[in-house]
Amino acid sequence: MLNKEEAQRLIEEVLAAYPPDAAADRAKHLTVVEEATGEGSCGITANRKSQPGVMTIRGCAYAGSKGVVWGPVKDMIHISHGPVGCGQYSRAGRRNYYVGHTGVNAFGTMNFTSDFQEKDVVFGGDKKLAKLLDEANALFPLNKGISIQSECPVGLIGDDIEAVAKQKGAEMGKPVVPVRCEGFRGVSQSLGHHIANDTIRDFILDRQESTANEAGPYDVAILGDYNIGGDAWASRILLEEMGLRVVAQWSGDGTLAEMERTPQVRLNLLHCYRSMNYISRHMEAKYGIPWMEYNFFGPTRIADSLRRIAARFDSRIQEGAEAVIARHQPMVDAITHHFRPRLEGKRVMLYVGGLRPRHVIGAYEDLGMQVVGTGYEFGHNDDYERTNEDLSNTTLIYDDASGYELEKFVERVRPDLVGSGIKEKYVFQKMGIPFRQMHSWDYSGPYHGYDGYAIFARDMDMTINNPCWKMMTPPWR
Amino acid sequence: MSQCAATIVPCYPLFQQPEYRELLKAKSAEFEARVPQEKIDETFQWTTSEAYRKLNFQREALTINPAKACQPLGAVLCALGFRGTLPYVHGSQGCTAYFRTYFNRHFKEPVACVSDSMTEDSAVFGGQKNLFAGLQNAKALYEPEMIAVSSTCMAEVIGDDLNAFITNAKKEGRIPVDFPTPYAHTPSFIGSHLTGWDNMLEGILRYFTLNSMADKTAGSSGRINLVAGFDGYLGNFRLLKRMMREMGVEATLLSDPEAVLDTPADGRYRMYAGGTPPEEVQQAPNAIDTLFLQPWGIEKSRKFVKETWNHAATQVDAPYGLAATDRLLMTVSQLTGRPVPASLELERGRLVDMMADSHAWLHGRRFSVYGDPDFVMGMARFLMELGAEPLHLLCHNATKRWGKAMEQMLAASPFGKGAEVHFGRDLWHLRSLLFEKKPDFLIGNSYGKFIQRDTLHKGKEHEVPLIRIGFPIFDRHHLHRHSTLGYEGAMYLLTTLVNAVLERLDDETRSMGETDYNYDLIR
Repeated sequence: MLNKEEAQRLIEEVLAAYPPDAAADRAKHLTVVEEATGEGSCGITANRKSQPGVMTIRGCAYAGSKGVVWGPVKDMIHISHGPVGCGQYSRAGRRNYYVGHTGVNAFGTMNFTSDFQEKDVVFGGDKKLAKLLDEANALFPLNKGISIQSECPVGLIGDDIEAVAKQKGAEMGKPVVPVRCEGFRGVSQSLGHHIANDTIRDFILDRQESTANEAGPYDVAILGDYNIGGDAWASRILLEEMGLRVVAQWSGDGTLAEMERTPQVRLNLLHCYRSMNYISRHMEAKYGIPWMEYNFFGPTRIADSLRRIAARFDSRIQEGAEAVIARHQPMVDAITHHFRPRLEGKRVMLYVGGLRPRHVIGAYEDLGMQVVGTGYEFGHNDDYERTNEDLSNTTLIYDDASGYELEKFVERVRPDLVGSGIKEKYVFQKMGIPFRQMHSWDYSGPYHGYDGYAIFARDMDMTINNPCWKMMTPPWR
Repeated sequence: MSQCAATIVPCYPLFQQPEYRELLKAKSAEFEARVPQEKIDETFQWTTSEAYRKLNFQREALTINPAKACQPLGAVLCALGFRGTLPYVHGSQGCTAYFRTYFNRHFKEPVACVSDSMTEDSAVFGGQKNLFAGLQNAKALYEPEMIAVSSTCMAEVIGDDLNAFITNAKKEGRIPVDFPTPYAHTPSFIGSHLTGWDNMLEGILRYFTLNSMADKTAGSSGRINLVAGFDGYLGNFRLLKRMMREMGVEATLLSDPEAVLDTPADGRYRMYAGGTPPEEVQQAPNAIDTLFLQPWGIEKSRKFVKETWNHAATQVDAPYGLAATDRLLMTVSQLTGRPVPASLELERGRLVDMMADSHAWLHGRRFSVYGDPDFVMGMARFLMELGAEPLHLLCHNATKRWGKAMEQMLAASPFGKGAEVHFGRDLWHLRSLLFEKKPDFLIGNSYGKFIQRDTLHKGKEHEVPLIRIGFPIFDRHHLHRHSTLGYEGAMYLLTTLVNAVLERLDDETRSMGETDYNYDLIR
């Protein structure tokens, strides 16, 4: 592992390849943290525009809204409003699992688009939008509502999707939600999360002050879990086992009814802070609902989280939490006992989005592994503040890393595992570095909860200890 | 607790465990305000009905499950086919993330491509500043030999002028004046990924040849130029090169991404590998002719080649199946004076031999096909050569003219009589068509798996199994390495089709004591 001076030198070497302006900017996004100070944002500048031409891996506001927050709401139709590409590239790619009859009462893996043509750009797309909303409602009568996810042109040609949405929503008697998540807004997916949260606030929560449901004493909601590979289900099962009643999932396997019911819960449980802190804060301010962050990766953090959640309730729930922890302990011990010797001391570099650059550190540590580099695609300063607490050794920190930086860092650090996304995967595999996709769980999962920990351990082991990594050099070389 | 250290299971079958089934059932019953099951069942049945098909085909504004993508995706693939070339997309950055991801998932390969990350302020002031910094940064970091610039719809809507911006960037000294920077405007609200591929190729040909035609003479090099177009099968590029090699014809593939999209795992990442050399592009006007192997997907480049290079751009069909490959080879032979060699005649004979061997399992089988226009046309032609019967032939990104040509082609064969041609329609239209008339199989890309599931949900007897041929294929591994063109490609297609038929037959006759007949060892 590099010490602080070596890591600092490595950063300087990498920056030397950039033209001066870009180097000066990128310098603010790269650093080394020696040990957790528990405060400050690791000395990182975050949530700024990407440098042009450097191969950022970031996406756009549309990706943050349609792809992350709104898309998984399964019983609503989400229209990709604009040209055909965005909806096609983001179709069914995130593995936000749900159960339902797709095309009948669930629509998650489908792609609805207005497929803008030149005439729509020239003359405006509002008429087309009005018509397609009617068509969607006629062909899919069991939909609970429709969201309009704006692509770039919509915001540039002066369309009034709000007016269309208002009129059609009134006609249909369903929420029709205009979302201004055009891809050029903001600097990354992150603004799309925020915009999506705000539209849920304005068009779902404010739509009706529903008090139809009786609020139970143990009602909670899971926020910021997109049920990738079934994560939210593997989390829900623990919360219910300890005696809580999970009345809503935001937004993996989520429904309109669950969102509408959330303002009556006792506590909002927030997993991905980055993408749903906005709506959590709103519900706190408006309805007085407290929220807390938790971490369901790896048994140490799970147990800690279960206890912290239980502490917000009475002794019944606290005993429930202890019982859940105790019941799972033998399985957890067996998993750790089996995999830890195979993974002990392995070094990991992460480069992901949302919560994972910090949240999964504990799970790796449960397996005896060390995270020696981490960074966020679209984090803000408050993410780096939170990360600081999780670091336990000298760690390279990179914000909005370019392809070039990541390649150089990995080449020098030679970690035993890189956890990042599909765009990075094949680069590192060819370099002979074991790689796991940490957005999609590499088509595996769930990784949340105790059941998820077992899969996480299995997956890290299979990738690090697969024989293929030793076959890269021919015997005659 | 559903895991045990000895047998750890992922989502499936983890969520089959009773405690998870219970959990999902309770969630649905208590919190989802789910409509009653009878209503869902009734609505599902309605979506498979004749009435629904009519309603579905009345759609004018809404596209559901398209079978096409947008222009810059094609531009990126085209650019990747040139040596040392970094594709550069001018506009919002999310598009580039999507293009890379889309190709990563299909090819299982890294895809280098940069964006110049335009944001709100660029929307107001234009993206020239982004392009200046972007070209400078990209060249410094990734040291390409060429940067090929395309554009997103954002840049197109605000009217950014790529030619002016790139010229200004060079004047400003951001990149050297002689550094190759072909460009193409690729608005995603016109055409499809094929249009973008065509536009980018035209941009590259224009850049390297437009102002250096004085010393060029068509035919002087004795070479042939081949344009494969947007093609997700790497084997096709290799196959075309091999066939030309065996004919003794020196050929230039205008865009050849097979190497950069198939680099080895040997401890080193190569951002660039293979590709058409820029100097070959410069000399391309000296070739005898340029053949466009996806005639329905490429117009602008063909026009450029005819008008600027004075090439005939002799019309050929996409070489799917036997006859179209025969015609391509004969065309090349006529143009170059080289005979079709014995090796290719042998290969042809082997294909015909395979067709004879398998005909009994394919004759009269009905296949529906969707995809890009030349793929659908080529596949339909090959199916008829096999004695199979195309049923629905659907192309989202084709024109009326294509539709007419298809009708003509089908009318000329007894096997084409029952076929229906649909252009400008999407996969939700196709779903209705498959409920109306059931083919034995559906041929298309991975998106077709959702149609298979829908048809199965109506009942096993309605299920239309998907045969994965096309782009993208995300859910099966390594199929993109095969070829689908030429005799070799036809062998792969035939093998895939006949084995799909045989596997399905096994699947339907595997019930012991129920279907003990036709579950044969030998076929």
